[in-house]
Amino acid sequence: MIKIDSIKKGIVIDHIKPGCGHTIFKDLGLHKVGYTVALIKNIPSIKMGKKDLIKIENEIDLDMTMLGLLDPNLTVNIVENGKITEKIKLKLPEKIKGILKCKNPRCVSTIENITDIEFTLIDPENKIYTCEYCDTPVKA
Amino acid sequence: MLKDRHLIQPGDFTVGEIQGLFELADQIMESPEKYMDVCRGKLLATLFYEPSTRTRFSFEAAMLRLGGETIGFSEPGSSSVSKGESIGDTIRTIGCYADIAVMRHPKEGAPLLASKKSVIPLINAGDGGHQHPTQTLTDLMTIRRYKNRLDNLVIGLCGDLKFGRTVHSLVKALSRYENIKFVFISPNELEIPSYITDKLTSEQYETTRSLEGSLGKLDILYMTRVQRERFFSEEEYLKLKDYFLLNAKKMEKAKSDMIVMHPLPRINEISTDMDNDDRAVYFEQAKMGMYIRMALIMKLLGVE
Ligand SMILES: [Zn+2]
Repeated sequence: MIKIDSIKKGIVIDHIKPGCGHTIFKDLGLHKVGYTVALIKNIPSIKMGKKDLIKIENEIDLDMTMLGLLDPNLTVNIVENGKITEKIKLKLPEKIKGILKCKNPRCVSTIENITDIEFTLIDPENKIYTCEYCDTPVKA
Repeated sequence: MLKDRHLIQPGDFTVGEIQGLFELADQIMESPEKYMDVCRGKLLATLFYEPSTRTRFSFEAAMLRLGGETIGFSEPGSSSVSKGESIGDTIRTIGCYADIAVMRHPKEGAPLLASKKSVIPLINAGDGGHQHPTQTLTDLMTIRRYKNRLDNLVIGLCGDLKFGRTVHSLVKALSRYENIKFVFISPNELEIPSYITDKLTSEQYETTRSLEGSLGKLDILYMTRVQRERFFSEEEYLKLKDYFLLNAKKMEKAKSDMIVMHPLPRINEISTDMDNDDRAVYFEQAKMGMYIRMALIMKLLGVE
């Protein structure tokens, strides 16, 4: 098994669904950075069978809202001096702004330039949010 | 305190705040002469991005009867709106001239968007098929007027329950009161959506196809338009429309103090042979609408 706790200071994103690591890697823009990053795929996991994992040897500002939306089952570990100092269990954000778009053709957002529509979580199981303007549900 | 607030959806006001509106509306109805000057020098802007003569008249009559004045447009073609001005810019400019504004818009959420930029109180007078809070207040006011209460009632809602915005808002608003039972009467095609009934317990409602069969247990019957275009075929429409038509004959089955409401305009779902029945209150309902709007304007402007 590949050793995964070898970074000194940075972030480890754990419990990524197998096959999804690549998408998250790209969504975070890690394929373009200059510091040390690693994407490890298909690690055997007792809980998940298999999992993907991302290691980032740098202090970066992770967008937890975005990450939670991508996969609420992720764990984000903050590593300092080679040790995990904080474990963050992600969850679906209750409110999100500026990420989702409303698909209702009758919504005012289709005729006005609104970049910060707030969506509210109404069904966590199915990741359903509603538009603040027209209450139309959308799947995140 | 409702001063300087907006009314975008019925839930914006608490049950207590709505009660305050009813009480003021009662007083206005009782002695209108006391209120004929309270809004002197105040200006109401009516921003109607789609025409709705009935609603606009109701607001304008309300303001004029309080001694205020009105300005506005009744279709966007005749205003700077047609030149592509944003809703935010329009409401900001209007706020320089007027003291309070009313907006009707074909797009859902337009009044909410406007309220975020507005420096004066804004009232939603209907945004597409979405919200129409002053209609809901009118309905509640009418029920309270005739039943002397808003709790412990059995209310039948009949017709297009699938697309009927007034019905959805009224159900939501009434379910904030104690012991309300809803009887949803509609053809299969126009049944009440599950996202409305999901918020009710099974004791709180029943669904049925039969208007005649449910009439006897109702305290209130709320009729709505059944539009031809909602049906797959003309044949289907003709087959079903009589089921949901109310006439004097069917009314024999109703309680002697049941009231019949309708948001108007009606098409043919209430036969005109009903109009002289004391239980038909749909024209009175329109009057209640004006009084509740008078109370609303006063509260939002903070005049007493
Ligand atoms: Zn929307």
